[in-house]
Amino acid sequence: MKKMLLALAAVASFALSGAAHAQEEKLKVGFIYIGPPGDFGWTYQHDQGRKALEAALGDKVETTYLENVPEGSDAERSIERLARAGNKLIFTTSFGYMDATIKVAKKFPDVKFEHATGYKTAENVSVYNSRFYEGRYIQGQIAAKMSKAGVAGYIGSVPIPEVVQGINSFMLGAQSVNPDFKVKIIWVNSWFDPGKEADTAKALIDQGVDIITQHTDSTAAMQVAAERGIKAFGQASDMIKFGPETQLTSIVDEWGPYYIERAKAVLDGTWKSQNIFHGMHEGLVVMAPYTNMPDDVKKMAEETQAKITSGEFKPFTGPIKKQDGSEWLKEGETADDKAILGMNFYIAGIDDKLPK
Amino acid sequence: MEMTQAILLTVATAATPLLIAAIGELVVERSGVLNLGVEGMMIMGAVTAFAVAQLTGSAWLGMFAAILAGAAFSALFGFLTLTLVTNQVASGLALTILGLGASAMIGESFVGLPGVRLEPIHIPYLTELPLVGRFLFGQDPIFYLSILLVAGVAWFLFRTRAGLTLRAIGDNHGSAHALGVHVIRTRYLAVLFGGACAGLAGAQLSLVYVPQWVENMTAGRGWIALALVVFASWRPWRVLIGAYLFGAVTIGQLHTQALGFGLPSQFLSSLPYLATILVLVLISRNRRLTMMNTPTSLGKPFVPDR
Repeated sequence: MKKMLLALAAVASFALSGAAHAQEEKLKVGFIYIGPPGDFGWTYQHDQGRKALEAALGDKVETTYLENVPEGSDAERSIERLARAGNKLIFTTSFGYMDATIKVAKKFPDVKFEHATGYKTAENVSVYNSRFYEGRYIQGQIAAKMSKAGVAGYIGSVPIPEVVQGINSFMLGAQSVNPDFKVKIIWVNSWFDPGKEADTAKALIDQGVDIITQHTDSTAAMQVAAERGIKAFGQASDMIKFGPETQLTSIVDEWGPYYIERAKAVLDGTWKSQNIFHGMHEGLVVMAPYTNMPDDVKKMAEETQAKITSGEFKPFTGPIKKQDGSEWLKEGETADDKAILGMNFYIAGIDDKLPK
Repeated sequence: MEMTQAILLTVATAATPLLIAAIGELVVERSGVLNLGVEGMMIMGAVTAFAVAQLTGSAWLGMFAAILAGAAFSALFGFLTLTLVTNQVASGLALTILGLGASAMIGESFVGLPGVRLEPIHIPYLTELPLVGRFLFGQDPIFYLSILLVAGVAWFLFRTRAGLTLRAIGDNHGSAHALGVHVIRTRYLAVLFGGACAGLAGAQLSLVYVPQWVENMTAGRGWIALALVVFASWRPWRVLIGAYLFGAVTIGQLHTQALGFGLPSQFLSSLPYLATILVLVLISRNRRLTMMNTPTSLGKPFVPDR
């Protein structure tokens, strides 16, 4: 009798553990990338986030990704493919996937979608965006301290609000140190063309700038700056290997914690649609170590970073004038997210004209 | 004045990969074969050069490996289009897609590593000359190779018997075959030469232009090279003019932007294409001469009758 009971207990516990296993079925998480993970920039950082997710949640999740997915009808097909393959959480990591994400989300109500840098949400679609410009403000301050010429070179990709925010924030930072600081801006009109980015850096240096900052995706400009012996800021990832004596700091997009948080929410059943615009405070924007600068500049940078992180200081705080001299923000007034996300003008002190 | 020289150097660096890839393709097309795989062969050259230079520490070895890789890759195209007589356009496009994918796979472990630079030459006194010293005597070896290639190809095509044969095949492979010329063999050699050049152009990208490896770093330069060949109406020195013009306008428009004249950057970015097409079309405006330069058998399959 005792033996029977033991056996029964064993069977019961076996069945129970089996049930527990079934509950622990892996959460499949899919990613759509605009470029290759090997770009060492935008997509690379998203892929680092994916890897961080796998590392943190181990065998609770299983991730897949589709790379080089063009924005447009191809995107819809690719997102749908991931949904059909059983992915319950899908990250679409470029602005241009917005409409495709919304469309596919309608067909798969039990799948959660997360779209980067867009603005359209739905019951099962969240939007997440990053305040990269917070880092630009610090870079501007450093640039104004470090530049002997009083002029920095800025390599722009395409004139969209995200990039314009960066330029304005950079200049606000620089002006807080040196009101007469100047910037030379060149648009490459591409996110990714290492050769052209290098040409642009050379052109800027030939025109007398002694600090380079970039909003394009490759490490080419950093290498040129290193070769010519001037200082530069990295972009999207830590590029110190390409300029050990050149990089001052770099804005690093740290997507990992967000991806982990959202996957956990799906696992717990607490996932809700949201629209977030995170920055240093939430740990989405991280600065690479401050290098190749004197201690007082480093101290200033760290102080500003601490203030932005704590929320005590916001880069877009008045008084700020637009380029044409009209008032944008009054003394003490801060820009709301809508104004920031749609920014399409230069602030006063930038001599260039913004391409429309 | 130092600025002028610096700009000249930047222009040369930007023009060289276009020039090398285009001059190779020019020979291929003169033999009557249209290889649209330039971009693919170029990126294979770039990844091979970077990987070999990284592993051996020698940029020179990287360069030679890239030349071999480009030639080997083009041999695949040759086998498909010359031996199996597949469609040249489709095979060339396939070669480009394959090259972009394969290079990404090979290069995966090299992403984010600083590369090995192919150092510029230095000749005492000459390199230090003011104004032109560094432009004429202080550039990287591939720059000099590119000029030699243009001169060599021009001489070969229009001053040698073998060059005449190659052009004859490109103009009318049927007649050339009837005269007992080895059409397929000559075309194979031309295709291999084109591949080697594209490989070298890729090596210039990853060893000189931007010493690093990132996926898709050719960023369409293979296609620009292809267009240059057509707009230069298959003349070697015009390819050189076209490549340098393209480079000069590219760099010029960047400087214009930095000076802040407020011209729309989108227009300025398209200027290199517009200017190059315009000038080369003007040079080649004599329609009869252009027709004479066009290889009539270009892209047509050839099956020797027995």
